[in-house]
Amino acid sequence: MTETAAHAVLRGVTRVYPGASQVHALGPIDLDIAKGEFFSVVGPSGCGKSTLLDVLAGLNPPSAGTIVFEGKPVAGSVPDGVGVVFQEDASFPWLTVRDNVAFGLRRLGMDAAEIARRVDYAVGFMGLADFAGAYPAQLSGGMRQRVCIARTLVLQPRLILLDEPFGALDQQTRLLMGDELLRLWRETGATVLLITHALDEAAMLSDRVGVMSSRPGRFIDLVETGWPRDRDSRIVSDAAFGAVTARLWSSLRTESMKAIGRG
Amino acid sequence: MSRRQGVLDGTLILLAILAVWQGLYQYAGSAALTPPWATVRYAVDLLGTPNFWGHATQTLSAFAWSVAISAVLGIALGLWFGAFRFAGDVAEPMLASLYTIPKVTLYPVMLLLFGLGPSAKIAFGVIHGLIPVVLFTLGAVKNIRPVLLRTARSLRLSPIQTARFVLVPAVLPEIASGLRVGFSLCLLGVLIGEMFASQRGIGFLIINGINSHNVKLTTAVTLIVIVFAVGANSALLALDRRLHHRG
Ligand SMILES: Nc1ncnc2c1ncn2[C@@H]1O[C@H](COP(=O)(O)OP(=O)(O)O)[C@@H](O)[C@H]1O
Ligand SMILES: [Mg+2]
Repeated sequence: MTETAAHAVLRGVTRVYPGASQVHALGPIDLDIAKGEFFSVVGPSGCGKSTLLDVLAGLNPPSAGTIVFEGKPVAGSVPDGVGVVFQEDASFPWLTVRDNVAFGLRRLGMDAAEIARRVDYAVGFMGLADFAGAYPAQLSGGMRQRVCIARTLVLQPRLILLDEPFGALDQQTRLLMGDELLRLWRETGATVLLITHALDEAAMLSDRVGVMSSRPGRFIDLVETGWPRDRDSRIVSDAAFGAVTARLWSSLRTESMKAIGRG
Repeated sequence: MSRRQGVLDGTLILLAILAVWQGLYQYAGSAALTPPWATVRYAVDLLGTPNFWGHATQTLSAFAWSVAISAVLGIALGLWFGAFRFAGDVAEPMLASLYTIPKVTLYPVMLLLFGLGPSAKIAFGVIHGLIPVVLFTLGAVKNIRPVLLRTARSLRLSPIQTARFVLVPAVLPEIASGLRVGFSLCLLGVLIGEMFASQRGIGFLIINGINSHNVKLTTAVTLIVIVFAVGANSALLALDRRLHHRG
């Protein structure tokens, strides 16, 4: 990490879903995400990763604790400068790929020529140029997810939250999309928080990986990778890559066993 | 289904109807209805008379009003009930049971409220057409995928923007289905209203034909109404399919 100013800060953050069952899904979490950092979260399924994203984005209130983004507390709404890509397909089925991507910009009342320029760039960047006029129903799940990523990117967020965005992709495409994400991260200087269930993906992309316990999710390990900023998927052949992945797995193994009931 | 297949099916259905019609005529005789070809010829003649169009414009205008009121009021109520879960949970079963009441039982009340004339006809149309529009809209809003609303929040849309740019387009296919059902029922309501409570309009023409034993007139007017209803319904069905296909 070259810059160390905290971009997002979580202190004692927990989330208990209200209602009869009172599911304690998350925390307590203490975390500082540095400006420009690429931070990934791995953890067993159901451990509270998506809950963490919701709370950090201001989509759900924490049950306790505080969240600060760019020096201001996050409360009740998504702060300006935060972009979210959800785990589920969130493309708008009534709009073409191009109109989906332009959606946020149009709501801001931006000049049409500027919208077209940004949308063309984002659509090309995500490899959707040949499908700009298609509707989501005509696309594969992975392509729809790329539409959602493009829709978020055109808004040029300073903090990008991605919830298992490549879950629907095959391994090769996943590696290439990872490269694109790294390129984007380098070019924009944005801070990235990536939730993933793929340890190799986390190890390859991140400056730092947070390993979560089974529910209620807490960070049981924070692994610094030490990769140079200028990196890509070829890092998987680096000897250090194996060491990082191995450490993630040893931290996660017991938690994963708990998650499948063998703890 | 290909277009050619659709045309073929349509033709077959038409032929079947004509066969049944001819058969009914053989069975019941000219005191009940006129045979197909004579009816078509009489209907075409009828379409050339100003008297018929005088009645038809009355009906069409009442129909247009009742569709417009059912659509605007129905969509607004559906969105409202759907957006506020509690109101929706209370309203939905009430509307559903209200909907199953035979509407005939409400006619005396409507007549007392609106008197004889266009407003009673429009009201008859609305009591038939409104509830399906509300129920379809309400159901669609309740079943909207939550991630779409979360997306709206993550894009920092205002409540009005969310309604205008996410909620309404997301539920539009369902609303179109509701409108199609409401449309047919409005026509039914207006025609029945004219039979009961009017001296003008297509419904009155039919009743009048029956009362004066003018079988030719009754059969021809019925044919015109059926052709209109089937034509309009297929156009709306095509639109409905297009909207659903997109999603
Ligand atoms: N709206 C909700 N109400 C109650 N419990 C929930 C809700 N959303 C998630 N949970 C529960 O919280 C836990 C964490 O969920 P989630 O954050 O989606 O996990 P992950 O993304 O790590 O798979 C799970 O046990 C899940 O069942
Ligand atoms: Mg999740």
